Amino acid sequence: MADFDLIVIGSGPGGYVAAIRASQLGMKTAVVEKESLGGVCLNWGCIPTKALLRSAEVLHLAKTAEAYGLKKLEPEVDLPAVVKRSRDVAKQLSGGVKHLMKKNKITVIEGTARLEKATPAPKVIVEDASGKHTTHIAKHVILATGARARAIPQAGLEPDGDLIWTYREAMVPKELPKRLLVIGSGAIGIEFASFYNELGSDVTVVEMVDRILPVEDADISDMARKQFEKQGIAIHTKAQVKGLKKGKGKVTADIEAGGKTEKGEFDKVILAVGIVGNVEDMGLDKLGVKVEKTHVVVDGFGRTGVQGLYAIGDLTGPPWLAHKASHEGVICVEGIAGSNKTHPFDASNVPGCTYSHPQVASVGLTEAKAKEEGRKVKVGKFPFIGNGKAIALGAAEGMVKTIFDAETGELLGAHMIGAEVTELIQGYVIAREGELTEAELMETIFPHPTLSEMMHESVLDAYGRALHM
Amino acid sequence: MPINITMPALSPTMEEGTLAKWLVKPGDEVNSGDVIAEIETDKATMEVEAVDEGTVAQILVDEGTEGVQVNAVIAVLAEEGEDAGDIKMSDTPKATTKAEKAPEEPATEASNGAGGSDGGAAKKSEGKVASTPVKLQGVGEGDDRIKASPLARRIAALKGIDLSSLKGSGPHGRIVKKDVEGAQPGQGANAPSGAPASPDGLILPQVLDDRVYDPDSYELKPLDGMRKTVARRLTESFMQVPHFPLTVDIELDHLLAARSGINKAAPEGVKVSVNDMLIKASAMALLEVPECNASYTDKGIAYHKSAHVSVAVAVDGGLITPVIFSAGKKGLHQISDEMKDLAARARDRKLKPQEYMGGTFSLSNLGMFGIKNFASIINPPEGMIMSVGTGEKRPVAREDGTLGIATVMSVTLTCDHRVIGGAEGAKWLQAFKRYVETPEAMLL
Repeated sequence: MADFDLIVIGSGPGGYVAAIRASQLGMKTAVVEKESLGGVCLNWGCIPTKALLRSAEVLHLAKTAEAYGLKKLEPEVDLPAVVKRSRDVAKQLSGGVKHLMKKNKITVIEGTARLEKATPAPKVIVEDASGKHTTHIAKHVILATGARARAIPQAGLEPDGDLIWTYREAMVPKELPKRLLVIGSGAIGIEFASFYNELGSDVTVVEMVDRILPVEDADISDMARKQFEKQGIAIHTKAQVKGLKKGKGKVTADIEAGGKTEKGEFDKVILAVGIVGNVEDMGLDKLGVKVEKTHVVVDGFGRTGVQGLYAIGDLTGPPWLAHKASHEGVICVEGIAGSNKTHPFDASNVPGCTYSHPQVASVGLTEAKAKEEGRKVKVGKFPFIGNGKAIALGAAEGMVKTIFDAETGELLGAHMIGAEVTELIQGYVIAREGELTEAELMETIFPHPTLSEMMHESVLDAYGRALHM
Repeated sequence: MPINITMPALSPTMEEGTLAKWLVKPGDEVNSGDVIAEIETDKATMEVEAVDEGTVAQILVDEGTEGVQVNAVIAVLAEEGEDAGDIKMSDTPKATTKAEKAPEEPATEASNGAGGSDGGAAKKSEGKVASTPVKLQGVGEGDDRIKASPLARRIAALKGIDLSSLKGSGPHGRIVKKDVEGAQPGQGANAPSGAPASPDGLILPQVLDDRVYDPDSYELKPLDGMRKTVARRLTESFMQVPHFPLTVDIELDHLLAARSGINKAAPEGVKVSVNDMLIKASAMALLEVPECNASYTDKGIAYHKSAHVSVAVAVDGGLITPVIFSAGKKGLHQISDEMKDLAARARDRKLKPQEYMGGTFSLSNLGMFGIKNFASIINPPEGMIMSVGTGEKRPVAREDGTLGIATVMSVTLTCDHRVIGGAEGAKWLQAFKRYVETPEAMLL
């Protein structure tokens, strides 16, 4: 006899959302968590970094107060207080998840889970902090164990918790590194680069490919690079860190670019070279779960091919984003419940956001990718300088770029850089989900004065109709 | 993935029914086509057939339960390889009776804006249970609106795909990009397994059962747009419009004599046909009896101020009805010219929509084929259609008691009883008969 209809392993934004949805559908549900409710996202990822970046933003505003007609301010950074605020925010939200579990009558099992072959679904054996084992039987089991920072030991890129950090240590600095090397220029690397640069570190970013934020549209990467360099961040692209040599309180890095190797000395290094799935020590191999490149292989409903076993979120591969995990969790649970209304996961409409200064947000295809697919495209671009609200905010640097299929008017992609674009992108995501064409977007009334007017203008520009340019 | 079996709608207006009898029990294997249950409504008892195959995992509604709502889940099938015992989940939505509200979420694939009982529910499948309830687009969807995303509409227009032939996979049956992308021009697409496609948009899924008609034993010719339109419109009409026929015999000798006189007097190349004269006569009769020149609408009866006569023209692969507009006010010469032009272009499929839409009355003539009498299906939204039989010499009893011979044709007027009563129809036929038997009256 099963104890639960569903056990979810991992309580990050994939796991806890899946559990809530299951509970809404009347399933008796449990989550297993080995650390803190909310997973990396709430405790060591999205949320605490946003708290840090908010501190950096306030600092930036204070430093530039004169530009807004205020008397010059000379703000000082109280790093422990900045970190404490970030931790408090994380704690508050983790508490919020605990409340949500209780409210939805979801059993929280603390400990580390392992699976053993059984029907109708694998047995879940949980080892708690004291080493005690308990076995739980459910009709369905969802793996939502997430991912962690990738290390490359061959190249000496291995975190040590002291000089070589991952996001985890970078989030709770005891003191500000004078010289910081960030390896990898994806969203995580760039956010930390932006944060530490604003707080006063000398930041160097090394990226292997030819531009930073490589998943973004090339125009966005270019503009971001210019702005970061203007702020004083040193950026090396087509570059690789060949070796890290740890000395006393410092690290020497061999940075190879264009055939030349330069030595650089840094106080701290942040590794942001990707993510690996947490697939180990759960008995997945014995169950016959297919794992490729540290990620569990699933279908559009999270089914692993092993009866009663599902996987969602970072564990199943990119994009490694909280909202992707939550969405997959909901799809997976509705699939289990036998809904025939649920659609399989479609990666093409997952928006991505980077909360650096300036912010970056996008959804859908880049211009290059759209052309690669053989599409005839119409491209619209609108600069922040043409927007009244952006100028009033003192944030006149940025761009909204839209890409349409010239034939069908489908919004293939939207790419934005500048103030508050992470809050704007959802408009285009809705347009894509609702399959609106350029016609509906052109007919939509955007409120004045807002940054969102640029979204309208960009669409108009794609068809040669921009009004304020 | 377990398959939900839902309460079928046995009629367009059915909202709930009684689950009279189960013919299967948990653990039974069922194949597609097996009768699994009997459902009763106030009008009929119907058998429910399985569409999918599998093992009955759970029966959620007991025999004899009354007031089971359409689309409520009544049983769950386990697919091959699934353990039927595994599926007894607490989260399987229960079937609801009227007293309860349908569960908020999955598996109930609720009514999808079927427009309640006002004929809107007509798209429900009849007597069939589908894993995804069969939803047929197009016919009687309340407001006739096809739910499709702007992008799907755009792509359909570019590819020449009839949206009404597609099944939407988006929320509430909305047709989205991927439904259209897979479709070929002039054909339905993406029919979900177990739910037969309905490219013609008819009420019932129209399929030939392979077990009865070997696919090699016939040739399947894909439906073209005209065939689909004819099928859809006539089905709609025959099922939704209350038809009734009125037949009368009319003597043609005067008309034939007049025709021959007219054609003798007509300029070179002009040859008025009997049919041209019948078009004129029916238009005159419509103007004389305006209560018959009418269309039923939900908001009221529309009395047309002009008589626009649609004339059925058989074309290769279908039928089309070009219109002689304001035929009552046109002379026979003009009607004859227009009719020749329209018929020729109809056969080449070159008519513009405005040339075959907008009629207020239809005329169909099978006299040339020797048909004595027939009754046509109304061409909505018109209120009447007249079927003209062959003109033939028949013995007629004269008023003075003697027997004579006359050229007689039988015509049958089919009327929409929502608009036209028997007396009005008869009155119109009298007027028409007078114009035909006394063609000089058309000159007045």
